[in-house]
Amino acid sequence: MKSIRVALAGNPNSGKTSVFNMLTGARQHVGNYPGVTVEKKEGQCTHRDWRITFVDLPGTYSLTAYSAEELIARNHIQEDRPDVVVDVVDASNLERNLYLATQIMEMNVPMVLAFNMSDLAERRGLKFDLDQLSHLLEMRIVPTVGNKGQGRTELLDAIVETAAAERRERVHRVTYGQEIEDKLIQIQQALDKTNSEVVARYGRRWLAIKLLEQDEDVMSKIHDRQVLEVVGRSVAHLRTILGDEPEIVMADRRYGFISGACQETIQSSVERRHDVSDTIDAVVTSRVLGLPIFLLLMYVVFFLTFKIGSYPMDWLEALFGMLADAITRHWPEGHAEWLRSLLVEGVIGGVGGVLVFLPNILLLFMAIALLEDSGYMARAAFVMDRIMHKIGLHGKSFIPMLIGFGCSVPAIMAARILENRRNQLTTIMVVPLMSCGARLTIYSLFIPAFFRPHWQGPMLWLIYLIGIVLGIIVAKVLRLTVFRGQTMPFVMELPPYRMPTSKSVFVHTWQRGWLYIRKAGTVILAVSIALWFAMNFPKPPADRLEGRSAQEARQEGLRHSMVGRVGLAVEPLLRPLGFDWRIGTALIGSVAAKELFVSQLGIIYAVESPDEEAPSLREQLRADYTPLVGFCAMLFCLISAPCIATVAMTRQETNSWGWALFQFFGLTGLAYVLTLLVYQVGRLWL
Amino acid sequence: MNPSVEVKERQMRPLSTAKAGEKVRLVRIDAGRGLNSRLASMGLVPNVELKVVSNGHPGPFVLIVKEAKVVLGRGVAQKILVK
Repeated sequence: MKSIRVALAGNPNSGKTSVFNMLTGARQHVGNYPGVTVEKKEGQCTHRDWRITFVDLPGTYSLTAYSAEELIARNHIQEDRPDVVVDVVDASNLERNLYLATQIMEMNVPMVLAFNMSDLAERRGLKFDLDQLSHLLEMRIVPTVGNKGQGRTELLDAIVETAAAERRERVHRVTYGQEIEDKLIQIQQALDKTNSEVVARYGRRWLAIKLLEQDEDVMSKIHDRQVLEVVGRSVAHLRTILGDEPEIVMADRRYGFISGACQETIQSSVERRHDVSDTIDAVVTSRVLGLPIFLLLMYVVFFLTFKIGSYPMDWLEALFGMLADAITRHWPEGHAEWLRSLLVEGVIGGVGGVLVFLPNILLLFMAIALLEDSGYMARAAFVMDRIMHKIGLHGKSFIPMLIGFGCSVPAIMAARILENRRNQLTTIMVVPLMSCGARLTIYSLFIPAFFRPHWQGPMLWLIYLIGIVLGIIVAKVLRLTVFRGQTMPFVMELPPYRMPTSKSVFVHTWQRGWLYIRKAGTVILAVSIALWFAMNFPKPPADRLEGRSAQEARQEGLRHSMVGRVGLAVEPLLRPLGFDWRIGTALIGSVAAKELFVSQLGIIYAVESPDEEAPSLREQLRADYTPLVGFCAMLFCLISAPCIATVAMTRQETNSWGWALFQFFGLTGLAYVLTLLVYQVGRLWL
Repeated sequence: MNPSVEVKERQMRPLSTAKAGEKVRLVRIDAGRGLNSRLASMGLVPNVELKVVSNGHPGPFVLIVKEAKVVLGRGVAQKILVK
């Protein structure tokens, strides 16, 4: 069996992903390109006696060096040299889609054109002379309808035939006009004299074209002074005689080549009319209804994720509880107690605590897949952009931030929908400031403990509001400092509305869910075990536990453990915030999961049932602390150190421990300063 | 300056001034190379015909270029010169 490697390129919204899914089915592997949060998808299939590996390149309009996605796509084609590149084009919007094709053609790789959504194009009254077009572009063209699975065999046939065919020089290619072509030849001649290795790898003409476009990435690869001089002179010369940047004129010539090819091969029987998409857009993007419709849909997403998701979540929780019980019950009394505790509290408690969120994650990504596949997501970004732009974020940033009110972990994953890295990082950094569900358990313990009933509602509202306002301020500050740089000018395509297919939604949801299980699970398992050790060791000497009740023994154990000791050690540091070692210890425990703050306090106060319902815990808190301290504790929990799962997810999504630690310590530092301020000022007041 | 160029310059105006339903022709884009090339890859090159779908005053701007519907921020629409 012969194996070949095939890369899939195409515009965003060309249906590239559906073609990829059609070709590979569920046999896919999703990862990230090293160093960037651009998804790298690979899949395989066998066809006749060929084994084909497909790589799904990021969707791009072009192959310049201006964006990470375009560079990745380009470098893959240039450096990994796939046997065939399949360019998926939206047949109903051919001219624009072929722009990318002209650039791939210049890289001299064997190509096949997947004429996707050909059914839609026909319905729009477009007639193609595919034989003629195929002749002009010198590549096989196969009509496909990716989301209905049409054209699969034909496309695979074309791929293997193209891979097997003999390579020939192109006859037809984009010609850039006399002036530019002259300069291209001059640059090629200069290249010939030098850099033989780079020239051999990338090809003379392609290098010359990119140099004339002043492509930063290619410029950095050419060190020869003579070549760069020729390029500089050529660019200056062309600029004067053409009256524009060479790259703009070259883009124009590519479109010229395309419209030449299209004129001979496409017949359009109808003018583009006002279609259904326009009618829907008139409503969902209108100034009056746009925002309410968006908010309503977001409410539905939120409801679906956290309300419907709470049922399977409860079942999973019960399942893990039963598992823990079973282990405890059947454990041989007195044998390796530490191992039982590690399994039950460390492993099941830690990993189970994360896996229970799986239903939320799946539902959330199902909802996002529906919004994306239907085409609404682009409209949502458009609607929210007006507001989000003011804090230096993209319209789409709103979605992860909203999801943050449920749980930071899926929210950080949802930041993937942002294309721009700076926007994505800023969004990830501020997501933990949105009060998640786990923090609500802390608020619901503290607020009734310290505030009178008619103040309880406003207090909760205030805490949430503080988080939102801080999120806005932090985002703005980050965009002005760490993630400085122009806000990407807002340019976006509004794809026509489409009915999402169940298959594509399923594949999408499953891929993200699996990523969550695999990556977050491994890191979280390791950290949960480490934290379990810190909370259980060293053990207090046996004589100190004599004659004490089980609760008192646990209290003593925690006080004696590493976490307890650290809690005691940091007490002087926490004093200015009004906290003592008890709150300190609970805060450290809450790093594992925010809701642990409550159960830790429960252990410290040695109450019997450490949940928010326990009246005894509230009474004890009220006896020991002032309402100001109570408020400060909530404020600190709101802002400080995101939980381990969040840190692990930030690490995964940014591909850097640096950003995860920056988030962790940055937010904790912010929490410290703000709480200090509130406590010290509040003390003067009250 | 050549008189014919002057006439051309005088007719030129930012895309942001175009009204919904209007059809205009792109002359040039006064922006950095990054934005210029991104717009070019989406079909916004000199001489292309643009159909304004809505001038969402204030806020984004919707137009049709080469059969595709594209939204631009207001800032971008101001940098695009049309006639």
